[in-house]
Amino acid sequence: MAVAARPPRYLPAADTALVVEFPDIASGSVLDDVLDEVLCLDAAIARRPPPGVLETVPAIGSLLVEYDPLQTSQAQLRAALDALLDQPAVAPRAGSMWRLPVHYGGDDGLDLGEVAERCGLTVAEVIDLHTHAVFRVGMLGNLPGLPYLTGLPDALRLPRRDDPRAAVPTGSVAVAAGMSCVYPVTGPGGWHVLGRTPIPLFDPASDPVFLLLPADRVRFDAVDRTRMAELDVAVASGWRPEPER
Amino acid sequence: MTAGAPALRVLTAGLLTTVQDGGRRGLQRYGVPPSGAADTEGLWLANLLAGNPPDAAVLEVTGRGPRLEVACTSVRVALGGDADAVIEAEAGPPLPAWSAQTLRRGQRLRVGTVRSGLRCYLAVSGGLAIDPVLGSSSTYLRGGIGGMSGRALRAGDELPVRLDEAPPGPDLRLDAVPATASSGEPLRVVLGPQDGLFSPAALASLLASAYTVSPRSDRVGLRLVGPPLPATTTEIASDACVTGSIQVTGSGQPIALLCDRGTTGGYPKIATVISVDVPRLGRLRPGQPVRFSSVDVAQAEHLRRARARFLNAMHERLRPR
Repeated sequence: MAVAARPPRYLPAADTALVVEFPDIASGSVLDDVLDEVLCLDAAIARRPPPGVLETVPAIGSLLVEYDPLQTSQAQLRAALDALLDQPAVAPRAGSMWRLPVHYGGDDGLDLGEVAERCGLTVAEVIDLHTHAVFRVGMLGNLPGLPYLTGLPDALRLPRRDDPRAAVPTGSVAVAAGMSCVYPVTGPGGWHVLGRTPIPLFDPASDPVFLLLPADRVRFDAVDRTRMAELDVAVASGWRPEPER
Repeated sequence: MTAGAPALRVLTAGLLTTVQDGGRRGLQRYGVPPSGAADTEGLWLANLLAGNPPDAAVLEVTGRGPRLEVACTSVRVALGGDADAVIEAEAGPPLPAWSAQTLRRGQRLRVGTVRSGLRCYLAVSGGLAIDPVLGSSSTYLRGGIGGMSGRALRAGDELPVRLDEAPPGPDLRLDAVPATASSGEPLRVVLGPQDGLFSPAALASLLASAYTVSPRSDRVGLRLVGPPLPATTTEIASDACVTGSIQVTGSGQPIALLCDRGTTGGYPKIATVISVDVPRLGRLRPGQPVRFSSVDVAQAEHLRRARARFLNAMHERLRPR
């Protein structure tokens, strides 16, 4: 993987996992090329898994490699990963482009007004910025199918809420930590909720189970209440959007 | 959700009784946690007593257990752990810790208070026949999947069992007393992955202080109360966690993550509980004190191999009752 400017660091998570941390993430920047390095190593491990590897968990700046300590050791795993990193890069999957409808504000987006105020923008400007951004799925995590979306305009950067909510409703579209996300199930969360999408991102009864995958791109389209009601009905009867490409 | 004729009928559910097995594997990359038994040794030993594969689906009992009525000709149950378990309206002795018992149609098993530790496991010979969701029968409450429609047991539930897969033979007991309570010995950790974000004083405090398990603890994580462990930065780029990760929130309080944890988190992780001590996390009760000691990865791997030999030798400790 000659693309790496500096070699990654290995950080142990006790005797069952090794975190491979790629440089630049420590500075807080969220860079597509760091994600590419993570996904390249992930693809290389999937193609030729070192002995004892159980599963891998890609994040935006690091890859966690979980292993069975009865089948290998961390020293052996490091050597195997060093060898994989020295080989030519394995191309990760090319992402798809998705458009997700969102109803902004009202009961669906409790924090929209506050976000506008804190960012010094009008509500219309917040919606305009959020719907014109092209987001990239940096990782899935925290809850089943929850995408961490990079590409949030700087004008919408806010820290997480001081008082996280115990239950953020399914489909909530939110911003914080320089990113956007969608809550695929109802769960606790500290992000600022702008609106709701009716499109399920996690549905164990459907195929695919997880709508979005790392490297996919996402744009949000503002829809009104009437269109939301139609979409809720369509989704309930099994309709799902198709990727644009 | 389920298949086959019911073998056990739930009369009362207990405090929090869920279906669990060896857990959901390979899906953390999609945000799905492993779930499964919080105390994997309890799961394995219950299944050993029942004659099942080690990861077969069982009931995980928390604090106080269910009352179950047998709805088939006969079924063998095995108690993995130490709880007040009796057959109702019969004069016989209670079911001893770490033992199996064959029950007949109409008999009622009452699993009362867990006497030692927080959880016990009730295995059924043949294994619970709960259709897997995403590769596992384990209940993941927050995601609403697995087990009984993604929820805890409740009165009126009927539990099917793979009775045709139940091995014949006498009821067994374990001629050894595996740990059920988490002993007062320190939980062993390997520092990191983000120990570099903590001052030497904070690292020393983690290893020198007593923490108390908060009542606000669950299968997602054990919240620990004690001296704060300030990090030099309170939020990191979210990265992946493991069961046993000790993350430190903005308030400086540590949380030891259990099996229903988020797959990733944005808090720095000061240390990670080693794999042999992860089952002990599932035994800790609210209010119990916790201490930590530090080992290196090679020591953790050595301890894990020794523990695997110990558990494998448990086969030789099975005796007819």
